[in-house]
Amino acid sequence: MNKATKTAYGAVVVVLAALVAVAVSSLVLVAIGANPLATFKVILTEPLKDLFGITEILVRSVPLILVALGIAISFRSGILNIGAEGQIQLGIISATLVALFLPDLPKALLLPLALVAGALGGALWGGIAGALKARLGVNEILSTVMLNYIAAQLYSFLLRGPLLDPAEITMGSGTPQSMRFPKAAWLDRIIPGTRLHWGLAVALALAFLVWLLLWRTTIGFKMRAAGAEAKAARYAGVKVERYLLVAMLFAGGFAGLAGAIEATGVHRRAIEGISSGYGFSGIVVALFGGLHPAGIVPAAAFFGLLLLGADMTQRAVGVPANMVLVLQGSIILAIVSARMLANNPYLQDRVGRRLERLLRPRRRATEADLAPEAAASDAAPANSATSATPAPASAAAPAETSDAERGS
Amino acid sequence: MDLLATLQNILSIGVPFSVALLIAGLGEMFNQRAGVFNLGCEGIMAMGAFLAFLPPFFLKAGPWAAYGNLLGLAAAMGAGALLGLLFALVTVSFKAPQGIAGIGLQMLGWGAAGTLFRHFVGGVTGIEGIPTLPIPGLSKLPFLGPVLFNHSVIAYLAFLLVPASWWLLFKTPWGLKVRAVGTYPRAADTLGIDVRRIRYQALALGGAMAGLAGAYLSLCQAKMFADDMIAGRGFIAVALVYFGRWHPAGILFGALLFSLAQAFQLAVQVLGIKFPYEFAVMLPYVLVIVVLSLARKSRMLGPSALGKPFDREMRI
Repeated sequence: MNKATKTAYGAVVVVLAALVAVAVSSLVLVAIGANPLATFKVILTEPLKDLFGITEILVRSVPLILVALGIAISFRSGILNIGAEGQIQLGIISATLVALFLPDLPKALLLPLALVAGALGGALWGGIAGALKARLGVNEILSTVMLNYIAAQLYSFLLRGPLLDPAEITMGSGTPQSMRFPKAAWLDRIIPGTRLHWGLAVALALAFLVWLLLWRTTIGFKMRAAGAEAKAARYAGVKVERYLLVAMLFAGGFAGLAGAIEATGVHRRAIEGISSGYGFSGIVVALFGGLHPAGIVPAAAFFGLLLLGADMTQRAVGVPANMVLVLQGSIILAIVSARMLANNPYLQDRVGRRLERLLRPRRRATEADLAPEAAASDAAPANSATSATPAPASAAAPAETSDAERGS
Repeated sequence: MDLLATLQNILSIGVPFSVALLIAGLGEMFNQRAGVFNLGCEGIMAMGAFLAFLPPFFLKAGPWAAYGNLLGLAAAMGAGALLGLLFALVTVSFKAPQGIAGIGLQMLGWGAAGTLFRHFVGGVTGIEGIPTLPIPGLSKLPFLGPVLFNHSVIAYLAFLLVPASWWLLFKTPWGLKVRAVGTYPRAADTLGIDVRRIRYQALALGGAMAGLAGAYLSLCQAKMFADDMIAGRGFIAVALVYFGRWHPAGILFGALLFSLAQAFQLAVQVLGIKFPYEFAVMLPYVLVIVVLSLARKSRMLGPSALGKPFDREMRI
């Protein structure tokens, strides 16, 4: 298969996975007596009906892009960061501390400071898991999940104790939230009257920078090498453990920044439930976007739509918003399965040959003598592309080619 | 309050806390011994807790009320086994990476339980649940009685599961096959053991046990259902398997350690010692991280093929 067919093949696999996920979710929808078609119609079209809905989709896509970028870096480096939820909360805490304790700084200083603090807070939280993995071999999935629960308690403690808005105590309402940030810590809105803020531009710029980092720098190359095959990377002199830690610092930093941007751009204070599952949705977005910034940005917009649409199903068709978790869970299961099937060199070759036969049935009949050459030249790039698992590909290719010869 | 009474209090609260962790941990042990790392345990437990809650909730006043709990247990274990098989399809047949697939299963189970709960039940409602069954005579013993012999029948069953799992894993041909496919699947395959089938079976068993653990939470411990009632117990159970070095006795020890820490924290609060509530809730999660950091030397004792999909067509 050449590169174009391969990309097309990958896209088809993702779409098929999405369809399987939709089918699985439909089972749950049927179980609660809802009409799957009507539900998906609400989710996919209702938010797009007015400008407000569209801006809200973009508002949701900002944290999704940032979290997914961090997760893509960590997954590519071979460390599974499930802790974005906790890292977001640490980011919010750090940004809130900066915004509330340095209120007299000018905007040009305070806002960037708050965002950087958020990124550092998240990086710290991610770094704990990274260091534990690199130093002590602690399973990063378990440690990041535990750090999520710890961060949630810490956040809840701070919002009810030291950071609680004094006005809430005097008013007696006791809503767990911090004081409103000074105006100098506000991230401005792009369209006044909506909640769409300049964090979108930050997220898009960072998406480009992440692409540069991963594919155009030595650090990125080493991180990807460590993730692709740790043993080989170590043999080539890459300090794998160090890059695991670096990857977790990046992943945590991006999640922390997402939290800081959400606090300064949308709510202008720290409130309960601010992240509302962005940490987990970010995993789905990263996988759906193929762990690549160019895929993550559209995937984040799509999931912004899904999240907003899911909020509307309760009122429109009586389907609880938890439904989106079912959809996300089945998407993960479907995509990881599909990716393995897609990367299977045997299957790839088989599908590739099918496609070829389908695309040019006539030419093959008349120019039968050319067909073996075409098959052979197509098999070669497929081999180099799947160099991560060279043994089966090279073992399979000659057999496949001779098959093709016999066929023609 | 004298010391002995406090200790008795902590132990008699802590022992029932350990049951869900113990059952789920033993189930996860079978998964991991067979070489599959099932992080979806949390989601299976949520589904088990919900499905166990449903029959007693609906049959509350009807003529079938007596069978509500039994039906609930069967539903929880059946659904658990099915979810285990789904995970087997994804990780064993499709060879998907297990860590991330587990998170997917967790979201799926958790989300489905929450969606169905909101539709069929709506708000938090209590149920009768399974009553405690004091063992005649033994439960009257001073100190030991309330600590060991005054629990629900599932709790006794869970403690019997420890020797039963040991026997199944180390003394039966099936257990030997499980350990073989988790340690060196290629050798097992050469000897004619169907690696995929054994892994499917182990995952179904582990799933059923995770479902039972969830059922214990809703039927015996909380006697109600709420979306977030599992609260990471599934993940803690996975961590316990590492801590317990893939051995039933170790898992029993770990489960008791965790639940006693939790009971201790509750007792400290009751005694009126000032301590922010949130930090007390954090304690078990911090404990998991500490324990995992200390337990790493046991790595070489674990199943060596853990987390690696087996493909008999791959060259080594």
